[in-house]
Amino acid sequence: MKHAFFRTAVLVSAVVLGVGGALAQQSPTTNETEVGAQSRPAPGALAARMSDPVKELTADHTKFEILKGPFASGPEVTAACLSCHTEASNQVMHSVHWKWEYENPATGQVLGKAKELNAFCGNVASNETRCTSCHTGYDWVDVRQPMPDDPTKVDCLVCHDTSGQYAKQDNLAGNPPLVPVKEGAKTITGAKASPVDLVKAALSVGEPSRQNCGNCHFYGGGGDNVKHGDLSSALFDPPKAVDVHMSKDGANFACEACHVSDKHVLAGSRYNTDVVDPHADERKPGEARDVASCTSCHSDEPHEGPNPVLALKLNDHTDRVACQTCHIPEFARGGVATKTWWDWSTAGKLKDGKPYGEENFTQSDGKHLHTYLSTKGDFDWAENVVPYYAWSNGVMSYTLPETEIDPTQIVEINSIGGEPGAKDARIFPFKRMGGKQAYDTERNVLLYNHVYGPGDGTALWSYFDWEKSLKFAMDYVGLEYSGKFDFVETYMYWPITHMVAPKDDALKCDSCHSENGRMANVAGIYVPGGGIGIGGKLGLVVFLMVVLGVAGHGVLRLFGRKGGHHG
Amino acid sequence: MAEHFVKVYTRFNRVWHWSQVVSIMLLFFTGARMLGFHQLGPFGLAVTVHTLVALALLLLWAFATFWLFTTGGWRQFIPRLAGMVKVARFYAFGVFKGEEHPYHKTFERRHNPLQALAYFALKMALFPAIWISGLLYLSYNLWGANDAQAFWLGLVANIHVLAAFAIAAFVVAHVYLLTIGHGFREHVRPMLTGYDRVDLTPEAEAYLGQKGLLKD
Repeated sequence: MKHAFFRTAVLVSAVVLGVGGALAQQSPTTNETEVGAQSRPAPGALAARMSDPVKELTADHTKFEILKGPFASGPEVTAACLSCHTEASNQVMHSVHWKWEYENPATGQVLGKAKELNAFCGNVASNETRCTSCHTGYDWVDVRQPMPDDPTKVDCLVCHDTSGQYAKQDNLAGNPPLVPVKEGAKTITGAKASPVDLVKAALSVGEPSRQNCGNCHFYGGGGDNVKHGDLSSALFDPPKAVDVHMSKDGANFACEACHVSDKHVLAGSRYNTDVVDPHADERKPGEARDVASCTSCHSDEPHEGPNPVLALKLNDHTDRVACQTCHIPEFARGGVATKTWWDWSTAGKLKDGKPYGEENFTQSDGKHLHTYLSTKGDFDWAENVVPYYAWSNGVMSYTLPETEIDPTQIVEINSIGGEPGAKDARIFPFKRMGGKQAYDTERNVLLYNHVYGPGDGTALWSYFDWEKSLKFAMDYVGLEYSGKFDFVETYMYWPITHMVAPKDDALKCDSCHSENGRMANVAGIYVPGGGIGIGGKLGLVVFLMVVLGVAGHGVLRLFGRKGGHHG
Repeated sequence: MAEHFVKVYTRFNRVWHWSQVVSIMLLFFTGARMLGFHQLGPFGLAVTVHTLVALALLLLWAFATFWLFTTGGWRQFIPRLAGMVKVARFYAFGVFKGEEHPYHKTFERRHNPLQALAYFALKMALFPAIWISGLLYLSYNLWGANDAQAFWLGLVANIHVLAAFAIAAFVVAHVYLLTIGHGFREHVRPMLTGYDRVDLTPEAEAYLGQKGLLKD
């Protein structure tokens, strides 16, 4: 009896629940305006109708319930994204943007931010929470280890936010500033950090714009245009004179117009640059030009009239000279200077026991820039910089952490590959960064530094003690260190390829075709006008001898005439 | 033999000469711009003018060569030894003492032996050197793909410039020599009017008279 009652009760409640469930599922179809956050709308319920305006994309993210939050953190937003875009994080996790590691197929060297040393802040390892603030993920606090295999750690918003208010704080390992924001906190662009509205950002997602890419890439090296020289905040909204491709008055390109993406991997690399489009002859009409090189769109015979002779002659240059060489006459244009010299050896000086700074460089917009900081040493800056030119096949070889260096010479942090005149090489413009960096005087290797780590007693930026900083960093990465250090002068080369000027501003012929022109130090070329050469010198001697002979002959005739009657 | 005013330079001959004067001067001027001897006008314009004028001059030379061979005019330019020593001696010594020029122009031989030798050298060595090197220079992209160190380009360019200076030297000597003998104007006039005073055999006199090529 008791058993039977229990059974009946279960049955009845099951029926009631079932009907209730059915009713709950029906309600959205009967009344679309009352869609609850918990219930799932029927298929097609959100779909635009024929009476609605036609939109560019097939999904309107502002309609998705799951994007309406609330979100307590970046990874929660990513989880929402992944509920539809199930493969997106995995694609990102196979990109250089995520791994910060790049195995150069041409040299076999393992590069990338997580591995290499550079001529700016030096290294990421042991400084993570500061450096990984620009990582396209969240919470990478130890670059000795790869990021955990957790798809929600990918930061979708940093690339796809179009609300403009999503930002990464500069010392939270990639996380955005959220309530409560610490006093004095800054974003990675150096702006005052204010709490990010994650819902607003999530609802705004779209194609990446110059804003998204620029927030990291324009500020590499710790400030506006510090690192690249041809990537600065001037490119958020550049006049045509600064960049014909990115200007609103020009092509108004977003970065991916050239850096075409495939499975979240973007074309273009400063380790292995496509100086020459490797697939120029293989493409059929309509095929994607997914190579970030000028010739991918412009071909290698881009010059046309009005003067066909000159156009032909200019096209004759393209097998030796990269487009960028003439068409980016100077970099760091548009009013934002770039750092050209960074001397770490002077870092650590204190005034009255306190760190200080000097601002002796005035940018064209009147802004004063640091020329000394106790934390970082001495700097030089420059605007409208004439590039350094070199033959390049795009392959950069790096002085890796354990590469032996010759401290009596200037150490090239990276050296430019490519033989003069080789078919895969062109004369290419570079920013040549100079500076002084720490090295082990016993082992003759470059040293890692530990600069960021408030409260840990060793970080250079807090305690101004090189011995402790270097020791900590070398222990951190597990490399041998003699304990003896000094500073060696270094060069680092950065390919210049952005800030393409209007064609009227391209280099004029005699920028190179003149004595001491821009190609004066480039090997393996003959530049007409670069000097008169042996033929010219010999010819000049012959010519002058004849002139002198004629003059002498004439003078003698004049004397002769006085005596004689005929001339 | 008697001297007569004879039409020695046909219209084509004169056009040929003065076109060469104009184009060679333009080539000197633009070439010097490219060499960096002066900064008058943009480099690109110099390249354009130099290229177009050189091509036009080559075309003219092609016509002139055809004309020389069909008219037999080429014989004027074949050097010969007879009288060479006399002429050389004149320029080296006699001219200072006011001696008369030892050579008398004939209709078949306008040039004295030294002059003929100079023109022969110009036409057989310097002009070919300048236009062959020039065409190689201009067409570098058609053949220079494997010239990785730009060695051949440098060689071609140096030969071109050397030949240009040699031609410039020729021009200087050429103009200077016009001042010797009957004087500059007397020497230039025939190339303007076509008529010059030359020795004619009675046969030639009769023939040319019949053709209306004699002025007196």
